[in-house]
Amino acid sequence: MPEIRNYTLNFGPQHPAAHGVLRLVLEMDGEVIQRADPHIGLLHRGTEKLAETKPFNHSIGYMDRLDYVSMMCNEHAYVMAIEKLLGIAPPLRAEYIRTMYAEITRILNHLMWIGAHGLDLGAMTMFIYAFREREYLMDAYEAASGARMHATYFRPGGVYRDLPERMPQYQSSKWHNERETAERNEDRQGSLLDFLEAFTDRFPTNVDEYETLLTDNRIWKQRTVGIGVVTQEQAMQLGFTGPMLRGSGVAWDLRKKQPYSVYDRLDFDIPVGVTGDCYDRYLVRVEEMRQSNRIIRQCIEWLRANPGPVMADDHKVSPPPRLEMKESMEALIHHFKLFTEGYTVPAGEVYQAIEHPKGEFGIYLVSDGANKPYRVKIRAPGFAHLASMDEMVRGHMLADVVAVIGTQDIVFGEIDR
Amino acid sequence: MIESLWGALPEALQTTIVIVAKIVAIVVPLMLTVAYYTLAERKVIGFMQVRIGPNRVGPRGLLQPIADAVKLMFKEIILPTNANRFLFVGAPLLSIAPALAAWAVIPFNETWVLADIDASLLYILALTSFGVYGVIIAGWASNSKYALLGAMRSAAQMVAYEIAMGFALVGVLLAGGSLNLGDIVQAQSGSILHWFWLPLFPLMMVYLISGVAETNRAPFDVAEGESEIVAGFHVEYSGMTFAVFFLAEYANMILIAALTSLLFFGGWLSPFQGVPLLGEPSLFWFLLKTAFFMFCFLWFRATFPRYRYDQIMRLGWKVFIPITIVWLLVVGLAVVVELPWWFD
Repeated sequence: MPEIRNYTLNFGPQHPAAHGVLRLVLEMDGEVIQRADPHIGLLHRGTEKLAETKPFNHSIGYMDRLDYVSMMCNEHAYVMAIEKLLGIAPPLRAEYIRTMYAEITRILNHLMWIGAHGLDLGAMTMFIYAFREREYLMDAYEAASGARMHATYFRPGGVYRDLPERMPQYQSSKWHNERETAERNEDRQGSLLDFLEAFTDRFPTNVDEYETLLTDNRIWKQRTVGIGVVTQEQAMQLGFTGPMLRGSGVAWDLRKKQPYSVYDRLDFDIPVGVTGDCYDRYLVRVEEMRQSNRIIRQCIEWLRANPGPVMADDHKVSPPPRLEMKESMEALIHHFKLFTEGYTVPAGEVYQAIEHPKGEFGIYLVSDGANKPYRVKIRAPGFAHLASMDEMVRGHMLADVVAVIGTQDIVFGEIDR
Repeated sequence: MIESLWGALPEALQTTIVIVAKIVAIVVPLMLTVAYYTLAERKVIGFMQVRIGPNRVGPRGLLQPIADAVKLMFKEIILPTNANRFLFVGAPLLSIAPALAAWAVIPFNETWVLADIDASLLYILALTSFGVYGVIIAGWASNSKYALLGAMRSAAQMVAYEIAMGFALVGVLLAGGSLNLGDIVQAQSGSILHWFWLPLFPLMMVYLISGVAETNRAPFDVAEGESEIVAGFHVEYSGMTFAVFFLAEYANMILIAALTSLLFFGGWLSPFQGVPLLGEPSLFWFLLKTAFFMFCFLWFRATFPRYRYDQIMRLGWKVFIPITIVWLLVVGLAVVVELPWWFD
């Protein structure tokens, strides 16, 4: 009689639910997972090593490409680490702009997550709905920084430029007539802040729509309740952060616990789960979207009332205005020095963590006093989450692996770096 | 001239020609419906998801199914190494043959039916159960783990839902007092309230849901399970062999929609029976009802997440089968006491 044994199934890297390049080797007994072995490294680009070979500012763009669905949050940590070493602080307006964009990014990330999570569990309409809103926010990215994804908008000492007073508008074409175009331009009549305010006005309704489709859906609940349960203790032992940790009932959020930027001036709540299953993490993230919306509204209000500089006035670090360069020799020299060799950062080491949409994203920066970092270590939240894959899916069925991948919200850009 | 030629043919040949002509008259419109059903699916789901859907091939994308068909026909059929060639190619045929053959006993109105046999309900049940062999053999012959998983899931699921569906049909059989689809429709004559959906409401729901499960459509599409086992049993299929699976799936969906309207919604009977002109039974009503249920299939797909395999089994065995058994007793009792309105 032949021996009965488990068999292995290669899940990815080319798999519809692999979220990029995840390769899972699953040892299965029928449909039940006995062991899950995640393989990493297929998207390794050597970001940490590359950063050592470039002046500090040049690596901001690489940070966008780490977790490529929450770009500005990555920049935020890196830029703040440099500022900490330099001992400079950005103007308050820049901090508000950063906070606002960090929260826009959180919504962008969670929209991507809810879409992908829904799609993985078969609710494909979610994906398109989430992308509709994402598109709108991408336009806000573009209006401020010129790029829809890889913004490079946060700079040491502030942000690249102030928010635009006018939004770019659509023009009518063969495919979109005058009336349609006017409709599409409706939100774009005023400034970027008006554009974003229009978004915050209707976004809660949109979240309600998502919730109608999922929250009380019996099938959705059957697929997520009790799946991938992580207890409070386990979550902390596994090094979980962000919604993964809060879903297990730990009220840990760096925005509250170690406030940075202007989070201590803003009013928002931290949602916390109870059981630590996929459903709780789903609810936590959905509520986070609503809270982010609240934060954005507060930022818009403040930014409207308080114009001012958005870049520190220290031209050893930030480029001088173009107009000044025409008249001042010193400004010209600053400009030349900044754009050839960059700036030097005092020797020392610093760890700067932020509450990234996925968890604690940290930059550990060592400087030896040169114009390039001596070492950059990136603490990616997704890495710890992925490492718990085996623990989370063992004993579940194949279909639950997909739910767990979705709930971990992993993006390989940051895990492989 | 033609009549004399026709008369000269032997009688057996005449009958064969007539039957073949009838088959063509059913299969060709059916295939066209399948083709445009795929387009309708993309358009309807597109509309539900706030996007446009195909609109590039031909006016408003109307030639899209033709383009798809042409593409699939000219694609290479890849045989995986170590696949069983005979079974690999045979599996799609095994799945499309029953899907088409079942149409033989579907009455389109009082007189239009290819084979007016007495046990047509039994025949339908037998043929729809046959479809699962195509899926199992495809999964096994592909020599792929994903395909095998899909086949196993599909086999278990179809067996479970076949039973629930069978019991639901027994209810119809009891209520209609016949195994002949035409007679069952006639038994529903009267008004919209005489149709069997009302006295057999739980059975109707079970039948409709089992029908979705039987055809492996969302939210019961675990046999294909896009995000879990990639494409399930047909993951290794390409070109025309894939297209045949596709045709079978859609022909089955249309069949289930047609059967639902025949068994529970009065088939070709008009909902306004008794009203002059509008109340006349006709093919139109049958097609309208079928189209509505076909639309429901698409609607489900755009709305619901996918069940997990064991949850589907639980739903089938622990919920549907008990419901149908209980309701069978109720219907049996109602028939025995000749409950007025429906069974007098």
